[in-house]
Amino acid sequence: MARLTLDHVTKSFADFDAVKDVSIDVGDGEFLAVLGPSGCGKTTLLRLVAGFEKVTSGEIRIGNKVMSGKGGSVAPEKRRVGIVFQNYALWPHMTVAENIGYSLKVAKLDRAAARQKVEDALALVNLQGLGERRPANLSGGQRQRVALARCLVAAPSLVLFDEPLANLDVHLRASMEDEFAAFHKRTGTTIVYITHDQAEAMALADRIAVMDHGRLAQLATPRQLYHEPANEMVASFISQGILLPADVLSPEQAGHCKVRVLGTELVVRCRTGERPRVGAKICCRAADLEVVPDGPGFDGLVKRVIYQGGSARIEFAPSASPDLTLHFEQPDPVMLERGAQARLRIRSGWLIPATGAAS
Amino acid sequence: MSTRIRERRGQEMALTAMVAVVIALLSLLPVLRLFKEIVAPGGTLSGMAIEAGLKSPATWIATWHTLVVGIGGTLLAVLSGTLVALLITLTDIRGRSALVLCYVMPLMIAPQVTALAWLQLFGPASPFLKLFGAAPPLGTRNPLYSTSGIILLLGVQYGPLVFLLVRAGLRKLPRELVEAARAGGAGWFTVLVTVVLPLMTPSIMAAAALAFVSCVGNFGIPAFLGIPANYLVLPTLIYQRLAGGGPAVLGETAFLSVLIGIIAMAGILAQEVVSRRRDYRISSTSLPAEPYELGRWRPAVQAGMWLLIVAVLFLPLFGLVLTSLVPGYGIALTARTATLDNYRFVLFEHDAASRAFFNSFWLSIAAAFFAVLVAVPIGYLIAWGKQRWVRLLNLSVELPYALPGVVLAIASLLLFLRPIPLTGIQLYNTVWIVLYAYLARFLVLALRPTISGYHQIDRALEEAAQVAGAGLFLRMRTIIFPLVAPAAIAGGLLIFMTALSELTVSALLWSSGSETIGVVMFSFEQGGDSNYSAAMSVITVAVTFVLMLATNLLAPHLPGGVLPWRD
Repeated sequence: MARLTLDHVTKSFADFDAVKDVSIDVGDGEFLAVLGPSGCGKTTLLRLVAGFEKVTSGEIRIGNKVMSGKGGSVAPEKRRVGIVFQNYALWPHMTVAENIGYSLKVAKLDRAAARQKVEDALALVNLQGLGERRPANLSGGQRQRVALARCLVAAPSLVLFDEPLANLDVHLRASMEDEFAAFHKRTGTTIVYITHDQAEAMALADRIAVMDHGRLAQLATPRQLYHEPANEMVASFISQGILLPADVLSPEQAGHCKVRVLGTELVVRCRTGERPRVGAKICCRAADLEVVPDGPGFDGLVKRVIYQGGSARIEFAPSASPDLTLHFEQPDPVMLERGAQARLRIRSGWLIPATGAAS
Repeated sequence: MSTRIRERRGQEMALTAMVAVVIALLSLLPVLRLFKEIVAPGGTLSGMAIEAGLKSPATWIATWHTLVVGIGGTLLAVLSGTLVALLITLTDIRGRSALVLCYVMPLMIAPQVTALAWLQLFGPASPFLKLFGAAPPLGTRNPLYSTSGIILLLGVQYGPLVFLLVRAGLRKLPRELVEAARAGGAGWFTVLVTVVLPLMTPSIMAAAALAFVSCVGNFGIPAFLGIPANYLVLPTLIYQRLAGGGPAVLGETAFLSVLIGIIAMAGILAQEVVSRRRDYRISSTSLPAEPYELGRWRPAVQAGMWLLIVAVLFLPLFGLVLTSLVPGYGIALTARTATLDNYRFVLFEHDAASRAFFNSFWLSIAAAFFAVLVAVPIGYLIAWGKQRWVRLLNLSVELPYALPGVVLAIASLLLFLRPIPLTGIQLYNTVWIVLYAYLARFLVLALRPTISGYHQIDRALEEAAQVAGAGLFLRMRTIIFPLVAPAAIAGGLLIFMTALSELTVSALLWSSGSETIGVVMFSFEQGGDSNYSAAMSVITVAVTFVLMLATNLLAPHLPGGVLPWRD
């Protein structure tokens, strides 16, 4: 168990920065998800922590020990880090038990103790009795469990997951998600979990680091990411947030301020110290929108209605700004139809901070 | 201030250093020595050797011939080898093990033996044609003394080489990739063209490069078929010059050999370019695809396959056996003339011949063992290394094999004519100079398949071991070696087969007591004793065959794919 610190880490390949000035502090026993679209640098981040890549500048510490930094780089085999690879990376020439017991053999543990640990690890991932199988004869979920057991058995100080569920089907994902959560609870290991699936990240992580083009866009709890995105990228990336242009009319008071959006005034949540300005953006969620017969609000056109069983997703273009698309859900009975006129009201929203800095 | 972290890259440094030393000794040293001989013959800088080489029209004619037979032979080998590999690996053809065994056999027959066998088959003295009274009258020109004859035999010789590499690649093709294409509505032919062949590009390209280098550097076939027709390629031109001019023409032959080196390098570079254009790595562990059902075509395909094998293996061998049973040149074989005297002579009555069998065996085993041991770390640095300079390693290891054996032999002679400085150890005139040349020459045969093997392994397998705490040497032993072993050991076996009846290198390096099988065979043939030569060839082929069968007994204890001729 150890904490992981990334201190202004930058990694440049020949002509582009894969990771730019990222600072993250992962607490002892914390479950951190690193979330981002593909190509955002999250895999490079993992390889930096594991030691497969060397930092260009900055420092990586595990516990109190500097692993990568100006003074050099500790070899991956000396970092006591466990990795669960996306494609499992099970050694095809070894049995399941040999795969799991490999790091014990490397550490020259005596055979009886090693065998016991392998048995325990197999039991932990519900694979009792499959120790003599070859990886090729296992299903995807079983392979994933073997990979997990292999990484557990060495009692690493830090476990890295590299999109471990990307190759599994939906049902298996749910059950593996439960297993990962249970595993984290049971072992209390510090975990860094790379994924592009936000549902997965939300369900598992204590905190989520959202990455975008090599930069850390925001590091926060799932709740905070959803309700108080620090910038437009995070706002639109998380749960398909709707971004609307706004002018701030009043300074912040008790966490709220008055804004004008699509010609109507409303009160939204905001950071402390916000002051009136123009050209701001607010983020609202589908749940913040409601159809009203009349009263305050704005008119527009229903562009699309997608029935989803029990409710429909409505795509809506306000008349004041027809290029924008707002979407929201309407439960059965769905009354709106394509081409219909409707009036919408925004109940609430979040003012994107001006700086866009990570909180 | 951050404190200095101990990086513990000692093992990597040691590995790199070891590889550098091996390559310096085996590849760069002879090549540099050779180079010195061109630009500064006798120690003083001079362009005379190059000038003489460039002025001679023979140089350009031979270069043209080399390109023609090199490209022709490669095309024939790639087409036949790939086709046979596809049919044998991907269809439900019957008798697969026997087919593989028979098709791979010609590889273990030295080029000069192949040439001898085919010449014996079609020539006017052919005991085979005489059986039917169909032999042309004495004095008739043998149809194989021609460009197409040389290309045909090069194709026959190196088709199995292509077959082995392509088949090794095909066996790793995960069935999901094929099934995904079939599910997408593709028929078998479309799957073949759009999925199988593109994924096999690295294997086919590696095989083509290897076949090209082999064809260009081949000595035995153009020597037997080309010299009588006065059709000279670069290796035979070099041999003739040396035989005629002695050490005085060393500089000129060194220049010619550099020409061959350039031609071979061009082929290898083309392979590198094609293979790097796309990512062909296959990462999943999976079962092989279900064989394609030939249905009513199966008997025809099978018959065609066996016909091919009769033509390229059984007929020439049969001709060779007949020749070995005839008491003298041109005598028809009948129940009365048939004799085993030739065999008795080479086995028991001729000292050098029996010594040659012993020498060739241990030389081949030593060369193969060493090459496998070294190919794994070198391949690691070339395929997975981060440093750019490492790619140069690949080229420098190719060098001694790209150079014709004759030239490597000359380079070795130049190197070891005098005792090694400081130690005073004398390699010249001992069997060790032959071993040195074998190691230098054949290393690439194990390296090529090993690198192809690396390219198809997901690097995460090594990284997983690394995070498990395993240092480089431990990873080498427990993860990397087992994963590339099939490819590396297949390469080692190729080396054994090639070295066993090798001729070109040992012809110039042998000394009394260190004769090889090839040398003794060659000297019999040169003395007109085709029958003794044929008898030795038959024994070699038979011994190799028995050895293959014996190795088969070990197969259950070996990882799959190690024995190329087994399913």
